[in-house]
Amino acid sequence: MAQIEEIGIGQFKHLVSERALRGETMLLNMGPQHPSTHGVLRLILELDGETVINCIPDIGYLHTGVEKNMEAKTYQKAEVMTDRLDYMNTMGNNLAYVMAVEKLIDVDVPPRAQALRVILVELQRIASHLVWLGAFGLDLAAMSVFLYCFRERELVLDIFEMVSGQRMMTTYIRPGGLWRDVPVEFEKAVRDFVKLFHKRVDEYERLMTRNPIFLDRLVGIGYLDKKTALSYGVTGPMLRASGVNWDLRKATPYLGYDQYDFNIPTREEGDTYARYIVRIEELRESLRIIEQALNKLPLGPVRSDNRKFVPPPRSEIGVSMEALIHHFKLWTEGFLAPQGSIYNAVESPRGELGAFLESDGGPKPYRVHMRTPSFDNLAVLPEITKGHLVADLVAILASVDIVLGDIDR
Amino acid sequence: MGIEQKLGNMGVVTTTLEQVVNWTRTNSMWPMLFGLACCAIEMMAAQASDYDMSRFGMELMRASPRQSDLMIVAGRCSKKMGPVLRLLYDQMPEPKWVIAMGDCASCGGVFNNYAIFQGVDEVVPVDVYVAGCPPRPEALIHGVLTLYEKVNAEKLVPVKA
Repeated sequence: MAQIEEIGIGQFKHLVSERALRGETMLLNMGPQHPSTHGVLRLILELDGETVINCIPDIGYLHTGVEKNMEAKTYQKAEVMTDRLDYMNTMGNNLAYVMAVEKLIDVDVPPRAQALRVILVELQRIASHLVWLGAFGLDLAAMSVFLYCFRERELVLDIFEMVSGQRMMTTYIRPGGLWRDVPVEFEKAVRDFVKLFHKRVDEYERLMTRNPIFLDRLVGIGYLDKKTALSYGVTGPMLRASGVNWDLRKATPYLGYDQYDFNIPTREEGDTYARYIVRIEELRESLRIIEQALNKLPLGPVRSDNRKFVPPPRSEIGVSMEALIHHFKLWTEGFLAPQGSIYNAVESPRGELGAFLESDGGPKPYRVHMRTPSFDNLAVLPEITKGHLVADLVAILASVDIVLGDIDR
Repeated sequence: MGIEQKLGNMGVVTTTLEQVVNWTRTNSMWPMLFGLACCAIEMMAAQASDYDMSRFGMELMRASPRQSDLMIVAGRCSKKMGPVLRLLYDQMPEPKWVIAMGDCASCGGVFNNYAIFQGVDEVVPVDVYVAGCPPRPEALIHGVLTLYEKVNAEKLVPVKA
């Protein structure tokens, strides 16, 4: 009993076992400030010697009230909040939310905007996997991988800065298209990056994939079987590493993903190593998609000309009275969305990222809910850590690829 | 300008103890490895290849507050995290400094709501505020250099008012 009060987990008393209450096993507090929890996750571990018997995640240290805040803003202005949910995947968050809004108000998006969205979201997937790979290396004490990964990530962020003026919180994808067209240097910058990055992925693989220390730490650790994964609602690379071929880009194609030729990497092993391999393969598949999208990038507008929902271009405001009125109305009052509720999901680097909107016919969403993949992926952590050592827990947690902003919202 | 210099004997440099202490403090400042949200990623980027904050004496990020003298509050601080943040600050040994990195840590940023502290200075005393959402790594480095200026101006003995 004394032990429980000591580490301040009185509120979790009903979750720990009888043995812990009797003092036979040890309760250990890990986080919220811990270098391997990738943010502010708190884990309460029940240990027998060095073996993890139970692991209780305590979330909410980054609860931001994003969903509630979005209800107080018009549809366009609420978008900036989505950037800050899963901060590794800002373009993807924008996309999930914006596509839900577009479904609600029924606006069509020009083909050029669609292709550019694909390129940007895939670049974001690469950047996100690079941060994951770097942090994964750090957790396994491979410092150099982190330095290499961040070197390439800067190149992606440079492209984002080029198109949107911001490195991370881009808000570039807007309802009805994009904020504006990409600059002329964009195509060359992306081509250069793709050309370079093929070699760089090989470099990471040479560092890690067959590294004996790496293999010892990962193979057979944190096994997640297909049935458990499905019952917990696990999605993304974690699910695909457990042998389920499920990717929303193939299953329910959006943005014209069905026109691109790419594979969904899957593995049957379901362990930490399989998750690593799946993500590395996804880097290569994303490159293939970007190349194809660049090769057939259509010309034309990047914004819908439905003026009731999409603001007119700046150049028109000076010459057209209508444009000025639309601009004024859209940025002060916002557009009125028809009544109803919409759910739209996209494949984020971590899994199914969905946006649910409930509209009461006004200019602001009545209710916004984000279905975030990290939340469900974290829920399965107690299942896959049981019986492993504390040191393995760090590797497993890193392989789940959680983002706390995504979990706590 | 004599034979001593040729022999490598540079003689004596006179300075004040204050200057030496402040110089050493600014050139071996150990920040705490502590990220809250989005800004933590830019903080990592500032440590990584392109920006390399170790040029400014920040080679090491310590995971333990007992070994660090600079807390970079990188990200939004929720009401649940506040007590933890204060505890970590109290565990750091003197002298210690705090940088509030980003708009959320400085003033609440875009999150003006029930869950987020409107500026982390409600919880811990802040020395330098870095603006941006998130600030670029260069901005963070600028914040660190601004802090160095402040540290260099510090007095060992408090001046009586």
